Amino acid sequence: MTAALLDARLVVDRGAFRLDVPLRVAAGEVVALLGPNGAGKTTALRALAGLQPLTDGHVTLAGTDLDRPARGSWVPTERRPVGVVFQDYLLFPHLTALENVAFGPRRRGADRRAARDTAREWLRRVGLAGHEHRRPRQLSGGQAQRVALARALAVAPSLLLLDEPLAALDARTRLETRAELHRHLAAHAGATLLVTHDPLDALALADRLVIVEGGRVVQEGDAESVTARPRTDYVARLVGLNLYRGRADGDRVRVADGLHLTVADRVTGEAYVAFRPAAVVVHPARPDGSARNAWPATVSGVQRHGDYLRVRLDGPIAVAADVTPAAAAQLHLTPGQEVWAAVKAAETHAYPATG
Amino acid sequence: MTATRDAPPAAPAVRRTPSRRTRIPLPLLLPAALGLLFLVLPLGGLLVRTPWSTLPQRLTEPGALTALRLSLQTATLATGLCLLLGVPLAWLLARVEFPGRRIVRALVTVPLVLPPVVGGVALLLVFGRRGLLGGWLDATFGITLPFTTAGVVLAEAFVAMPFLVIAVEGALRAADPRYEEAAATLGAGRWTTFTRVTLPLVAPGLAAGAVLCWARALGEFGATITFAGNYPGRTQTMPLAVYLALETDLEAAIVLSVVLLAVSVTILAALRDRWISAP
Amino acid sequence: MRRARVRATVATALAVAVAASGCGGGDSPGGGGSGTSGTVTVFAAASLTESFTRIGDDFEAANPGTTVVFNFGGSSGLATQINEGAPADVFAAAAPRNMATVTDAGNADGTPSVFARNQLVIAVARGNPRGIRGLADLTRPGTAVAVCAEQVPCGAAARTALDAASVDLTPVTLEQDVKGALAKVRLGEVDAALVYRTDAAAADDDVSAVEFPESARAVNDYPIVALADAPNPAGARAFVAYVRSDAGRAVLTGAGFQTP
Repeated sequence: MTAALLDARLVVDRGAFRLDVPLRVAAGEVVALLGPNGAGKTTALRALAGLQPLTDGHVTLAGTDLDRPARGSWVPTERRPVGVVFQDYLLFPHLTALENVAFGPRRRGADRRAARDTAREWLRRVGLAGHEHRRPRQLSGGQAQRVALARALAVAPSLLLLDEPLAALDARTRLETRAELHRHLAAHAGATLLVTHDPLDALALADRLVIVEGGRVVQEGDAESVTARPRTDYVARLVGLNLYRGRADGDRVRVADGLHLTVADRVTGEAYVAFRPAAVVVHPARPDGSARNAWPATVSGVQRHGDYLRVRLDGPIAVAADVTPAAAAQLHLTPGQEVWAAVKAAETHAYPATG
Repeated sequence: MTATRDAPPAAPAVRRTPSRRTRIPLPLLLPAALGLLFLVLPLGGLLVRTPWSTLPQRLTEPGALTALRLSLQTATLATGLCLLLGVPLAWLLARVEFPGRRIVRALVTVPLVLPPVVGGVALLLVFGRRGLLGGWLDATFGITLPFTTAGVVLAEAFVAMPFLVIAVEGALRAADPRYEEAAATLGAGRWTTFTRVTLPLVAPGLAAGAVLCWARALGEFGATITFAGNYPGRTQTMPLAVYLALETDLEAAIVLSVVLLAVSVTILAALRDRWISAP
Repeated sequence: MRRARVRATVATALAVAVAASGCGGGDSPGGGGSGTSGTVTVFAAASLTESFTRIGDDFEAANPGTTVVFNFGGSSGLATQINEGAPADVFAAAAPRNMATVTDAGNADGTPSVFARNQLVIAVARGNPRGIRGLADLTRPGTAVAVCAEQVPCGAAARTALDAASVDLTPVTLEQDVKGALAKVRLGEVDAALVYRTDAAAADDDVSAVEFPESARAVNDYPIVALADAPNPAGARAFVAYVRSDAGRAVLTGAGFQTP
């Protein structure tokens, strides 16, 4: 990571909550700030936009301090080269699509005509030519999202911020819009920070993930490394993995009292063990054979999950197992039922908890 | 005309569901009907007693038209003054945290509870010849307000301003401040944001407030007679003319009242149509 | 208009209360020396406020068990209220014209009689700083004058007096009633106002009264009458008689009225 366009350490103290998040985003890079509700993602975005002053730390964009309390540096929102796509878009209801997009260029000094030309071009780029004179309430959700994106990009921001850009869309529109958004973000020359609680959005749109929980960064890396090696329960669940921490001794990790999991990797000391729900096999009785990791469990819930049924199992460790509807029917899975869970060592992944 | 803003476009494809015909509950319908009756009956009383046959000739009496014109002019000027001063005040109350804000908000409503005649006296004590500011205004600028048309405007504005401030403040509080943040991220300073975003967003509330303000100014009597006196063509507005006519000729008073009502209702209905029909 | 409405409401509320208490009072045994009892409701011109309040106290003292309730207001407004059915016993007006409104509608019990006369004076700030001596001085440049509107009795009287004196006066305001005109003198907003002598006398802390000869040409008669629909007819007649008695006249004279 050389010559980050955005270099920030966002510290915001708000009573019981403290945000302390270092962030570096290179030009052309898309970073997703991923985390559960209340993790501080939106606060971080607001701090970057200048809508929330920092308590400490700094926001430096292209070498210029936008906010650095220690030096008293402060650039107000309206003078920051930052574009924001808000979660619910916040398109001005009294203006047409064209006027909404032209608003930024106009405020930043373009004359009326030039601003409208810029806006028309951006609407064309997001595929909304012919919709210039619609008002926000006459646009569909997906169209409104694209107008919001065009409005934020029309000021050619050095830093583009997106707050849950796809959250307000229905599943179908979301899929199409996500693909299109990816194209625009990839084309954006500046730095892009995307705030989301949806791992799919993050994985699909971002080059790098920064995962925050309780105001702190818990993990950081590209999609591959984060999904392969989740470091917290939250991340594991995000990427759909069962995750346990325990003490490793060669190929065995003690994850609970009386339960050691045999793993394919060799680790020592504090370690994580992760495996996919689909790797868990549910048996009506103690299984024989190659599955060496087996333990008794109680069914605590069954839920539909795509083409599978996700079975929640209690026992020495809480586990999610994905089974086919046919298997579930055969097993007559109901809450409270006593079963055995098993996972092959080859299906697990173990890695050290430190470093 | 309500002070609520339009539904935000935030949620995707929010469409007003077609109004379902529901049965109106009797505990609501009955008082509603009574309330309407209570408001409309006195008006009916006026109309019943109106001497329609002599109406045209009474209208052409010069005094009546002069008073009507003066009323419309002063009420409109007073509304303008209220907009000029009241909207920023409403903004301050709605958007800026400052110590004593609750007290200021209570003070704004003082003209509502103050008997208008007392309001007129209070205005005299400030802007009168011997008033706190009046003497200085006279000595420095040669401006005297009592017994002038400007005085009428001032008295009407004093009494009517709370209606505007309260309506606009309510609209501002209901408006989503995040639109202002969005404007800021697009490079708009606070003033531009106020004029380009905030004001258009609260336009319905602003219009409602202005209408209330104008109507209140149009009917203003007590503060006007006390502060500006009563002189035909200069300070005698329609309510003053009506009250004087009441001394001698009930029918004349009724005619004047009906004219005032008809003109104001027509104007309000016309304005309302324009606002409502705008997309 | 608003003021009129408020007044009417107050009058109605009063009248209802009075009617209720009047009924109760009528049942109570024993009355005063003159045989009256219960409540007497008097609608009287605003300029009678001070003197009638005293006369009312005296009347109650002379007639134990009798209560006098007043509704003071503009004479024309009172006349309207009476004609619209307000339960009043006595009407005392500031001008024959307002009385005629009531008698023409057949609401008077007998013929009204004039019980007092009032005359105009020039009310000026106490001590008369501008040295105003007569009507002609009111036209001096820079002199702000308040006069009643011609539609009300004091305004009609002022017009008569000004015409008699051949003075062409342009007032700054045509007030709706004497009290309004007087208030503007007291507040210093005008230099002079044409008001009744009694009103000037009642405000002698703040204003001085300047008599002028032409006022004799514009004397205002105050008529009084018992009302046809009086809830308390005996009380009504007794009160009218008391106002016209020596005791009543003494109070009126003391307030600045002339009595016939």
